[in-house]
Amino acid sequence: MDQTVQAPGPVTGPGAPGSEAAADPGPPARLTIPKVLRGLRRAAGIVPFGVYMALFLIAPMVAVTIGAFQDNSGGFTLSNVNAATHGVYLKGFWQSIILSVLTSVIPGILGLIIAWAIFTAKRGRLLRQVAITAAGVFANFGGVPLAFLFIATLGSSGLVSQWLTSLGFDPYTHGFTLYSLSGVVVVYLYFQIPLMVLVILPALEGLRPAWREAAENLGARTWDYWRYVGGPVLLPSFLGCVLLLFGSALSAYATTEALTNGTIPLTSIQIGSFLNGNVIAGQENIGKALGLGMVVIIAVAMVIYVAMQRRAAKWLR
Amino acid sequence: MAALAERASEGIAPPRRRMTGPLGVSIWRWVVLVVTAVYFLLPLWAALRFAGIGAFGAVVGEAGFTSSLALSVRLAVITTLLTIALILPTAVYVHLRLPKLRRLFEGITILPIVIPPVVLIVGVLAIAPGVLKGTSLLLALVYVVLAMPFAYRAIDAGLRALDLKTIVEASNSLGAGWRSTLWRVILPNLRTALLSATVLTVALVLGEFTIASLDLYQTFPVWIYVNSQTSGQVSVAASLLALFVTWVFLLAITVLGSWQSRKTGGGEVTLFTVARTETRGD
Repeated sequence: MDQTVQAPGPVTGPGAPGSEAAADPGPPARLTIPKVLRGLRRAAGIVPFGVYMALFLIAPMVAVTIGAFQDNSGGFTLSNVNAATHGVYLKGFWQSIILSVLTSVIPGILGLIIAWAIFTAKRGRLLRQVAITAAGVFANFGGVPLAFLFIATLGSSGLVSQWLTSLGFDPYTHGFTLYSLSGVVVVYLYFQIPLMVLVILPALEGLRPAWREAAENLGARTWDYWRYVGGPVLLPSFLGCVLLLFGSALSAYATTEALTNGTIPLTSIQIGSFLNGNVIAGQENIGKALGLGMVVIIAVAMVIYVAMQRRAAKWLR
Repeated sequence: MAALAERASEGIAPPRRRMTGPLGVSIWRWVVLVVTAVYFLLPLWAALRFAGIGAFGAVVGEAGFTSSLALSVRLAVITTLLTIALILPTAVYVHLRLPKLRRLFEGITILPIVIPPVVLIVGVLAIAPGVLKGTSLLLALVYVVLAMPFAYRAIDAGLRALDLKTIVEASNSLGAGWRSTLWRVILPNLRTALLSATVLTVALVLGEFTIASLDLYQTFPVWIYVNSQTSGQVSVAASLLALFVTWVFLLAITVLGSWQSRKTGGGEVTLFTVARTETRGD
């Protein structure tokens, strides 16, 4: 394949590839000018996206990261990070991780089942439309309004609590309260399950009915179909979606704060209080160190995700 | 699920026998859907009972209701258009030309979801130029980042389910340029994926509170919060109303989208009504 300097512009993306390209050293081995140009042209299509992410995601995060290692006068210090990994902040990290794992795995499985029920419904066009829009609404419904809703429902004098009590089962004498971890999990399901349904539905569309019919014609039972066809196709998407839920749970905070009044010290709540200014002077940058810590947590989660995907890939073959 | 019931049936290639009820509808599906509906509707009903009908009239009559709703809708439209314009070509490009970077892109696009919105907006405000800070456009620009994980994953999953390479090669060999391949071949095939990307983005913008309140713009959720502090009942009523308004809005988009797609014959594709399924026979 021959490339000339006058080759037509990038396939997509009107951005200016030249400036970005200059910084990119390219592959080291056997560099020829056409090869470099080809490499740059291939990357040109993602330049608009890259520029956007750099401006609105990377740059703010760099500011936070630098701030985490700065004292108030701008000098280098490790005291913020040190404070963020001890005492109440360490506890906050653990609580966040526990809550996020619970509220990503449980709604992940439930959401998959519900999405499957919606997806396979006969004459399900209307059902699917209502379900997708409902899921879109509920997935973004959180914060103080959601807390209100559940206090009216499962609070100590909520509607459902009263029903259960009149049936002889008072949840509040059986270890359940809305204002503890178990209660928060129940509330989180309200936006996590719809989120799962939304993100897994497109993956379910990838399961062609023809595959099922083919498998059945070859004598496969339902289990065989899921073991050798449906499961392997779906598993990578499923893991990715659970990871998404994990991140969503990790950064949600208004709901928990409204429900528990800080008795569950989540990292996100602690960061919020730093940014709201309820802080002792001279410690503002601990909030940035906590933010950095959350990024580290998700990085670890992603490493686990990639490792699980590798295993899944082995299982497919 | 049905799996356990079917496992018992022996023999080669059993006909599609499912655990069905008298109306030919799977029982497990009904159980799942009913339990789900109860879980999601009960809190709404409890809140409705708590608020009382009278509180709703009070909410609609308050000052700022229309303007804040209009701002939120405008932001939703801008954000959705920007998000799809940015992500769709990128995702297609990555799938076709840079498949090795797919996992990397998955990683990059998932990042915004874990960065607490509070941290993101503080960082953005620290580096944004003054021209942008004065307009609500900055909100939309930040919302694009927040919407990215959902929109990208929806579109990515849709692309995975397609035999993209074959489709694009077929289109190119029939003489279609890149723009018309993207617009008339890929877009229609991604109908569901784009619809769910749109729904996710719109719902996110209509429900977002943290960033808007920190950026001092009175979007609908912020208005609810500011104007409903007087009474718990009005507050709950406003929350329910917000949920309802968003739902109606999204249902309109979805119905419009599928209504458009059911119409036969050629015609142009618009982003909001997504597309018709010309190339896919389902």
